[in-house]
Amino acid sequence: MTEKRTMRVAVNVVEAERGKSYVQLVWRNFKKNRMGLLGGVIIVTLAFLSLFAPFFAPHDYYKLDADKAYRPPQRIRFFDAEGKFHWRPFVYDLKLDIDPVTFSRIYREDTSKPLYIRFFVRGWEYQIFGFRSTLHLFGVEEGSIHLLGTDRLGRDLLGRILHGGRVSLTIALFGAVVTVILGSILGALSGYYGGFVDMLVQRAVEVLQSFPQLPLWMALTAALPRTWSSLQVFVCMVVIFSFLNWPMLAREIRGKVLSLREQDFIVAVKEMGGSNSRAIFRHLLPNCLSHMIVVLTISIPELILMESVLSFLGLGIQPPMISWGVLLQGAQRIEVIGLYPWVMFPCAFIILAVLGFNFLGDGLRDAADPYSVRRSY
Amino acid sequence: MDCEMLLTPTPFEDRINGWTDVGEVILEVRGLRKYFPLTRGFWKRTVGYIRAVDGVSFFIREGETLGLVGESGCGKTTLGKCVLRLIEPTAGEVWFKTREGRRVELTKLGLEELKSMRREMRMIFQDPFSSLNPRLTVMEIVGEPMKIHRLAQGRALEERVRELLEMVGLKAQHMRRYPYEFSGGQRQRIVIARALASNPRLIVADEPVSALDVSVQAQILNLLEDLKSEFHLTYLFISHDLSVVQHVSDRVAVMYLGRLVELGDTEAVYFTPKHPYTEALLSAIPRVDRRKKVDRILLKGDVPSPLHSPSGCRFHPRCRYAEKVCIQEEPELRNVGNSHYVACHFAERLALRGVEIDACG
Repeated sequence: MTEKRTMRVAVNVVEAERGKSYVQLVWRNFKKNRMGLLGGVIIVTLAFLSLFAPFFAPHDYYKLDADKAYRPPQRIRFFDAEGKFHWRPFVYDLKLDIDPVTFSRIYREDTSKPLYIRFFVRGWEYQIFGFRSTLHLFGVEEGSIHLLGTDRLGRDLLGRILHGGRVSLTIALFGAVVTVILGSILGALSGYYGGFVDMLVQRAVEVLQSFPQLPLWMALTAALPRTWSSLQVFVCMVVIFSFLNWPMLAREIRGKVLSLREQDFIVAVKEMGGSNSRAIFRHLLPNCLSHMIVVLTISIPELILMESVLSFLGLGIQPPMISWGVLLQGAQRIEVIGLYPWVMFPCAFIILAVLGFNFLGDGLRDAADPYSVRRSY
Repeated sequence: MDCEMLLTPTPFEDRINGWTDVGEVILEVRGLRKYFPLTRGFWKRTVGYIRAVDGVSFFIREGETLGLVGESGCGKTTLGKCVLRLIEPTAGEVWFKTREGRRVELTKLGLEELKSMRREMRMIFQDPFSSLNPRLTVMEIVGEPMKIHRLAQGRALEERVRELLEMVGLKAQHMRRYPYEFSGGQRQRIVIARALASNPRLIVADEPVSALDVSVQAQILNLLEDLKSEFHLTYLFISHDLSVVQHVSDRVAVMYLGRLVELGDTEAVYFTPKHPYTEALLSAIPRVDRRKKVDRILLKGDVPSPLHSPSGCRFHPRCRYAEKVCIQEEPELRNVGNSHYVACHFAERLALRGVEIDACG
């Protein structure tokens, strides 16, 4: 009995000895937050889908096909027109027809032949991470399958949305990361040095924040030369996003640093003979890390929305490059929305991504500060 | 108001060098002052100066513990930080004898030289909760001074941290833990280990035990004593706790409103105080023996603001022996025999009460 207890104590001691790392501690708290986990799952799924977009897209989404313009989404079925059950899911192909009354193009389901959905099929060739492949998650053997319909030029919307996620998510991610780096360093310098530096940074913050946001975004993005390549525009968008976004964070970090720098452990850095940069980068900023993580996850959805707005207005990412905002350009006219509502599908993905990041941010906010000093004597 | 004008030396300031019998002095402070400007309004106009430390002179011999006592707000901590130049003093000199026996004036040192001096003079902070970075492990905290001064790295650093932790009574295998996993007393041990890491010779201990439990206080005090004799340390021990100071100090300096009012051997100051303020302080030491009737001297009023210090002797508005001369003339800190320094006009005439021998030991 006693032996058993001693052993258990010994095990506990060994366990505690290890001293959990920051990531471990955050994860332990984060796990408890269901919404946060859900957000994380959404984000990881979206990121995974966009990263391997061609693999999940049954058709080449760059290929134009005027005969397939504005095809509505095909339904996945288990029961055929006669009501017979099929074990394998299938879709019906669509046949182009002309409405005898209005002379408009309509698609009719060709119920004569079910197109069975097959998994891991060979299809169009694509390149990913430098590897060429023709493997796709699903597809049909003949005919075509467009689960989310097609756009004006007959391109598969599913593939385009997934691919567009790459730009929309990375631009937001990069923008947020640069924002956080810029904001936290300027904020920390401002709070730590005070005086003239503080004055300079804070006035810059005020000037940037006193501009009306949207017109400023638009003016800056409109100033980008039309002749630039999509990649250059992309990089510039990141720069503009972070340039306009850092002031908020800089303010917050400054406040945090102001309170931290009076703490003895910062005085102790000076007392030990440590430099200012040691105090800032080794002691102050790591203590603001939780704040930075949260701001990162909160500003990503903002940037996703901002990118969509600008691209929607034709000021951001330029087509051939695809982003969710670019895709929504196709839904600019009211009759398009009325006749072909599926071109609005990118909206659903934007909403999903924004919600996902917000949930994730909420979860992280609670979890990111496991060291909150517990004052107990 | 011009800051320079306030700095005209008081006549006795330089004459205090009368201490010739001092032996090996490791630290000598002359006329140290720290005035904090008080600003108002948008343009930060200076409307006055808070005289936190106002002309303090003393010395510490090598291997000695000088206790510095006084009420809160009298400038003890500011004085300690000025000595280490964690706060830049407004005026005065701080002479420090280096390991090589060179005497350097700290207030005139450049940043590089000061950095090398910081190896030899360290500080123990009051609050063990705010003086440790919650994001670093004990290993990183204790190792930091050695990294800064390039004393050790890699395995050697880890070995040294291990050694230091054991020296201060912590388990070496706890070095991967974070501060929040330790109690107040243990944290203060970590702070002490960090202070010892660079092999210092002088340690300014700023209220090292006042944030701790009474039971833990004794342990930390004993640890400090042991370390002192083991490493030939010199302490400037700042505290408002008179019994603690009596326990650890060889000599005691009593501070009131930015000035020293009494300085002498611990026994002399405690048993035969020469300054009315010291007398009042000593009468306030809590006693365990309740049978003995305690005749406390209750000071009138509050500590005056260091923004408008009283004229003459700063203690005169609260002193029960004050006379006319006290209002007009500022008494100098003078030797009244046996290197017992007092700043009181009537030091020789007054018969003041100290602590009773049996009251605290």
